[in-house]
Amino acid sequence: MKLTLSAFLGRIAFSALAALIGAAFALPLLWFLFAPFNARAELGLAVPDPWTLANFVTVFGNNFAVRALWNSLIQSVGGVILVGAAATLAAYALSRSALPGKRAVTYILLLFSSVVSGSAAMVPIFLIVSAAGLMDTHLAVILTFAGGLLPTAMFILRDFIDSIPKSYEESAMVAGASPVQAFFDVALPVIRPGIVVVVVWSFVNIWGSFLIPFILLRSDTNMPASVAIYSFYSEAGTPIVTLLAAYSLIYSLPVIALYLFVSWKFGFRFFGGIKA
Amino acid sequence: MASVEFRNVTKTFGSFNAVSDVSFSIGDGEFVCLLGPSGCGKTTSLRMIAGLETPTAGQVLIGGDDVTHYHPKDRQISMVFQDYALYPHMNLADNIAYPLKVRGKSVTERHGRAREVADVLKIGHLLDRLPSQISGGQQQRTSLARALVYPSQVYLFDEPLSNLDAKLRLEARGFLNHLQRDMGMTAVYVTHDQAEAMALATRIAVMDQGQIVQYASPIEIYRRPATTFVANFVGNPPMNLVPVDAVHGDGQLQLSAIGITLDGLTMSSAISAALGGGKTLTLGVRPEHLAIAEPGAPNTISGQLFANENMGPESLVTIERPDGSRVTARIFTDDHIALNDAVTLGFSREHVHLFDGVGNRIPADGE
Ligand SMILES: Nc1ncnc2c1ncn2[C@@H]1O[C@H](COP(=O)(O)OP(=O)(O)OP(=O)(O)O)[C@@H](O)[C@H]1O
Ligand SMILES: [Mg+2]
Repeated sequence: MKLTLSAFLGRIAFSALAALIGAAFALPLLWFLFAPFNARAELGLAVPDPWTLANFVTVFGNNFAVRALWNSLIQSVGGVILVGAAATLAAYALSRSALPGKRAVTYILLLFSSVVSGSAAMVPIFLIVSAAGLMDTHLAVILTFAGGLLPTAMFILRDFIDSIPKSYEESAMVAGASPVQAFFDVALPVIRPGIVVVVVWSFVNIWGSFLIPFILLRSDTNMPASVAIYSFYSEAGTPIVTLLAAYSLIYSLPVIALYLFVSWKFGFRFFGGIKA
Repeated sequence: MASVEFRNVTKTFGSFNAVSDVSFSIGDGEFVCLLGPSGCGKTTSLRMIAGLETPTAGQVLIGGDDVTHYHPKDRQISMVFQDYALYPHMNLADNIAYPLKVRGKSVTERHGRAREVADVLKIGHLLDRLPSQISGGQQQRTSLARALVYPSQVYLFDEPLSNLDAKLRLEARGFLNHLQRDMGMTAVYVTHDQAEAMALATRIAVMDQGQIVQYASPIEIYRRPATTFVANFVGNPPMNLVPVDAVHGDGQLQLSAIGITLDGLTMSSAISAALGGGKTLTLGVRPEHLAIAEPGAPNTISGQLFANENMGPESLVTIERPDGSRVTARIFTDDHIALNDAVTLGFSREHVHLFDGVGNRIPADGE
């Protein structure tokens, strides 16, 4: 194939534009990778000279920062277990049973879920949590997230389970299995890729959230990392960039690790099942 | 093994009657085929025996016990699903042995028994594979093995061969027939392939629109189809059906239609009863009972040659009658038949079937 001159120039222009846009996105990422290893990091992009782990040493020397990472883990894992288990059971029932109005239930829940974990419902949530005496506990954060994430998780999973033939469980039951046995022996392993998607999605959601723990938690010992980052300021109110950079990198590692683990173990399957 | 019985079973989905007031019984050791067109309620009937659907009305009995409201697991049955329903995360050994696992058998016993059954079905060398790693025919045999791995009262099959290619299907059909001879199992087998039903069944229940139209042995259904629907469904190609005008007098019945010559038939009480309403009957002749004949000879149908298909041991000759309807003859010859445009097909009197105005069989003398 021969390129005409104008097509050739067009391509060059297009590539240049694409490179420019790419760079605009790459620069913050580069900063994110360089700054943690730079003892004199500032908001400008600079290659560390020399490369150092000093920032990380400072972070791990800071009890509050380490504690916050641990809190993030407790809240995320707790939330994920609750969302994963409840969504699986609920979605299975919604998919397999002949409940009248089950579609309406799913859609209404879905509609309200964006409200529950959104800022609009913060005041009622605050009041409910405080009335329940759960203020400043991990449980408050976990329950609030579970409530907010469950409908969508159920929706994704129900769609996934709908696409799995009923004959798996039916053949198990004909073979002598009780419905519970059929669920655990046959249905659950088949649904697992769907559950993994839901688990990763809820983990990322909880791990990265700021507003809910910020409002529901009081004491430093309960704060998750997302809130802790916010406290890396000097007395004068300027951000301590070195600490912030190192902490951000550590903070994002679990999410990256989770994605890598899942895609290695299961291969990512985001199915086209999510209907608008 | 046990008997199965339907007592006035009805199943409705919403306002739609999938099965309406069906009663029939299957003897211990019988192999019954439910045969019928798509949507006639075969699968629904089978699933009610399995307990996967609950009848809207009526009772289902297995071995004389009313099991209408039993859970599938309490019915001691085996079922082969159309899509095989092999568990994708278990290897073949675990798939086949799953019913034994549920029954709390030890791993050694499970795998020993799975191997025995798999060897019989010639999939013993595949036991370590996952279902996704074997061919369709092997998957079919795996699901059969899973159904055979434990003793059951009744074996249920829902079109188990429909996903196989023609050659494998014949092979599997032969194997099932052999198995039935060997085990004498009580089986209910759903199919819409009449050849499969003829080959396997001790009795066939022909279904149409949620009802059983005829329940009889394959030979009986072939020789004396109860309605034009059955006549049209069983046989390959199906029976030729030609509407004829009836005139009767002095104990003789004269049937006439364009291009048809027919000897008078002796009037019988069955015929006069059938003629009560109208003057039109349906004449049926099976393709294999037609042969090339001289034009104008008695008992013939003539028309223009439409198709002449040589199939090897036989030829299918189709003619088009003046009214546009077609009649097919199956002529047993391994030679090509040279035919002109005008073809006359002859038949003998004992091969004539008569149906009344609404399609019910008029019994011949002595039936
Ligand atoms: N769960 C259901 N809900 C509503 N209608 C159903 C349901 N199951 C079956 N039907 C209807 O009942 C009728 C009989 O269905 P069934 O599956 O028994 O047919 P079938 O004879 O097995 O047909 P095929 O040869 O196509 O498998 C069909 O018209 C079908 O649409
Ligand atoms: Mg069916």
